[in-house]
Amino acid sequence: MSDGDIVKDFLIESQENLDRLDRDLVGLEKNPKDKDSLAGVFRTIHTIKGTCGFLGFNKLEKVAHVGENLLTRLRDGQLTLNPEITTALLGMVDAIRQMLKEIESTGTDGVNDYPELRETLTQLQSGASATKAAAGTAVAQVSPEPTAVGKGTKPPKENKQAAVATPAAVEFGKGTASKRAESFLEQTDGSTASRAVPVNSQAKVPGKTEDQPAAQVPEAKPRDAAPETIRVGVNLLDKLMTQVGELVLARNQLLQIANTVGDTGLHAVSQRMNLIATELQEEVMKTRMQPIGNIWSQFPRTVRDVALGCSKEVGIEMEGEKTELDKTIIEAIKDPLTHLVRNSVDHGIELPAERVKAGKARAGRLILRAFHEGGQVNIEISDDGAGLNPERIRQKAVERGVIGAEQAGRMTEREIYNLIFLPGFSTAEKVTNVSGRGVGMDVVKTNVERIGGNVDVQSTRGQGTTVRVKIPLTLAIIPALVVTCCGERYAIPQVSLLELVRLEADEVSTGIELVHGAPVYRLRGQLLPLVYLSRELKLEADTKRGSESDGAVNIVVLQADERQFGLVVDQINDTEEIVVKPLRKQLKSVKTFAGSSIMGDGKVALILDVLGLAQRASVVTETRERAITEKVAESGNQEEKQTFLLFAGPGDSRMAIPLSTLARLEEFPVAQVEMSGSQWVTQYRGKILPLVRLNVVLEERRNKLRALQAPPTADSGPIQALVVNHEGRTFGLVVEKILDIVEDPANVKSAATRAAVLYSVVIGNRVTELLDIPAILRGTDLNAARTSHGHTAAEVRN
Amino acid sequence: MANTSQFCTFYLDKLLFGVELKGVQEVIRSLEMTTVPLAPRVVSGLINLRGQIVTAVNLRRRLELEAAPAGTPVMNVVVRSADGAVSLLVDEIGDVVEVEEASFEPPPETLRGSVRAVVVGVHKLNHQLMHVLDIGAACQIDVNAESSTAMRG
Repeated sequence: MSDGDIVKDFLIESQENLDRLDRDLVGLEKNPKDKDSLAGVFRTIHTIKGTCGFLGFNKLEKVAHVGENLLTRLRDGQLTLNPEITTALLGMVDAIRQMLKEIESTGTDGVNDYPELRETLTQLQSGASATKAAAGTAVAQVSPEPTAVGKGTKPPKENKQAAVATPAAVEFGKGTASKRAESFLEQTDGSTASRAVPVNSQAKVPGKTEDQPAAQVPEAKPRDAAPETIRVGVNLLDKLMTQVGELVLARNQLLQIANTVGDTGLHAVSQRMNLIATELQEEVMKTRMQPIGNIWSQFPRTVRDVALGCSKEVGIEMEGEKTELDKTIIEAIKDPLTHLVRNSVDHGIELPAERVKAGKARAGRLILRAFHEGGQVNIEISDDGAGLNPERIRQKAVERGVIGAEQAGRMTEREIYNLIFLPGFSTAEKVTNVSGRGVGMDVVKTNVERIGGNVDVQSTRGQGTTVRVKIPLTLAIIPALVVTCCGERYAIPQVSLLELVRLEADEVSTGIELVHGAPVYRLRGQLLPLVYLSRELKLEADTKRGSESDGAVNIVVLQADERQFGLVVDQINDTEEIVVKPLRKQLKSVKTFAGSSIMGDGKVALILDVLGLAQRASVVTETRERAITEKVAESGNQEEKQTFLLFAGPGDSRMAIPLSTLARLEEFPVAQVEMSGSQWVTQYRGKILPLVRLNVVLEERRNKLRALQAPPTADSGPIQALVVNHEGRTFGLVVEKILDIVEDPANVKSAATRAAVLYSVVIGNRVTELLDIPAILRGTDLNAARTSHGHTAAEVRN
Repeated sequence: MANTSQFCTFYLDKLLFGVELKGVQEVIRSLEMTTVPLAPRVVSGLINLRGQIVTAVNLRRRLELEAAPAGTPVMNVVVRSADGAVSLLVDEIGDVVEVEEASFEPPPETLRGSVRAVVVGVHKLNHQLMHVLDIGAACQIDVNAESSTAMRG
């Protein structure tokens, strides 16, 4: 291990320790008697001090030293922690952090040795003891600790050597010094904490700490039982990811070959390899996951500082710290979350006096919650403050010309609340150094959206505000729609995808209209601007509209920054989970691509940046205003619209399911339908998909039911299936005909008239039955038993 | 031999070029390439190098040489740049040569501007001159000057 490596390790570990210090100190302020936390704080500072002594960072050592003295007195109960001391100690943490930064960039601990800070820290010891005496105590405190002889990471011999050499510690040869430092470093690592280092005889030599850093021995007491972990570089993990990705590709090719060769032995091996590779990929993905607690850990400190700064009292609570996210996402949401937390304390929570007047506890509560939901991670930041004032926001928005007065009148409360995410919007009465400068919330929104998430705010006047951030689990692997344009494949992130529209050749001439040369398509009565991918990317063969041989046009309806547009591509291939690889700097200037990915055949495909593409095509310029106008217009007289998929049920009845329950729409040729008992099934994406027929589900007459259990007749047309995911189960719901997708408030409801129907509802002026998916599933589970039963009954009757 | 260094040589438009061997990761035959629409002209596309996506730089364009006649086979010289691996597309691979420092000469003053940043000099070999390329400069793409994206309104 070279000197440089030691310094690097020292830096990494010290950073982590300091983050914990922040948390511990703030925790201690609330519970000053918490001996464990205090001991933890003490140990951390002690270790930093000891290590930097070896490494020759004397200024850093000095600062840590006075801090340690103060901590000693606290630990021995000679002093009690008060806010003043906490502030001073936090100041010390900041100073150390600053010096570490200095070491990282310059290799030295800088010129500032923080005389005032040291003075403060010394004074806070209330001058009861001289520095040296205190240091002596510190060491004396260490020595009687029980020294569990650990699994012997470092042979005791080495420590002995060091001990013997103590008087000459300053002249240590480099090799010995680094070895010593190494053993220290290992000890600072939480994971190795259980391996205690044998106690050092020097610890019993008091009063030498000041000029002999080698005499500092960290306590041998094990911290909380640490799991068996090792530190692995992120680079290594990334490389592993890449290699596993390649393995998956090789596996795919092998599977193809195995299928054509027809050798059973080869087939078996390739199947096994298939499983192993899949599992391996999942496991490697997991190594990149980190608990969100890693970034939350600094929030108690943030909250404390902000609260102190604006004379408020705020307690922070956390739920779901263990919720895991990909490390890239963790990094990306750190700043937005910090901003939201600061904002809640600064704007959300009232001053103690106001709170008391409103009948609340003096101290405000800030609650952070994180949980998984539907493949996404939800993070909520709630406060029990005054809540947002919709009137004031409305007024401000009109004042600043963000929206028109008439528009403002029509907006719902929720829409009003979300105005705070617009650029240049701030309702803070006075500008503080924390927030209220009108920058921030829009940046939060932009940053969250950049990683495919979204932000929403809810508020109850007088009771508080909740900001909910929804983000994907990982950026490394995303679901994407693969399309082809001019012979090249492009991936479109699923998060931007709204729907797919296919215009058959005979519909093209009437379906696509021109607004002064700009092509548009009428999507449920609204004009959807069309963007031709081939033209935007200046690809060859952009003369033909739909270069697919049959002349049909495929429109991918995309969402970019609140605007929708239709992207015309040659062919829509499939959805796939793709591994995202960033573009190198040579291509960073190309804003239409967000990254690249390796496809199943080993070729590289580019990932479209939907926002970049929209900007290039001028769909999105400064249209935020327009987007709002539209949103307002859309939601003119009701609160929540739901989107339904309409389809024809048996006997020309209109039926619907909420679009949100739908995974995909599929068309299967009859030849692909197989029978499993009396159940129709088909092979779908490597799995067996049960096909539930609506006419069977809804049929009540037994004898007719029997006829329906026959396999499909070969001459009937392809079957339309709605692929539905429900509670982890996927099935295809076979319907007669898919009609449309509509948005409707669905306000007029009446009770269901038959099983498997949730209720009847008026959608688009027609009575429509809303299907009860869980009931249908239950029905099919029982179906097997019930039909065989019904079967015999019918036969008996015959 | 004092102060010798090794170069990986290749040909472009019949001219001999060399990059320092220690900067070369590997040399491979042509791989299937994905073109990047709207990319700077010098970027030929992206290739999959065992799971790593590598940008391929058209060295002929970078050096302002004539485009290769259609059908010319392409070789990839994969070099390590500050920003990861980059593939330099060349016509033909030459030998690895060992040259003495003494045979080096800076480029003539008459060498044109943008190429000058890439060609740092020549080594005088027995029969011909070997143009020494700076790997960093060769991978560096002046986006503003060469982008075929051409600011669209």
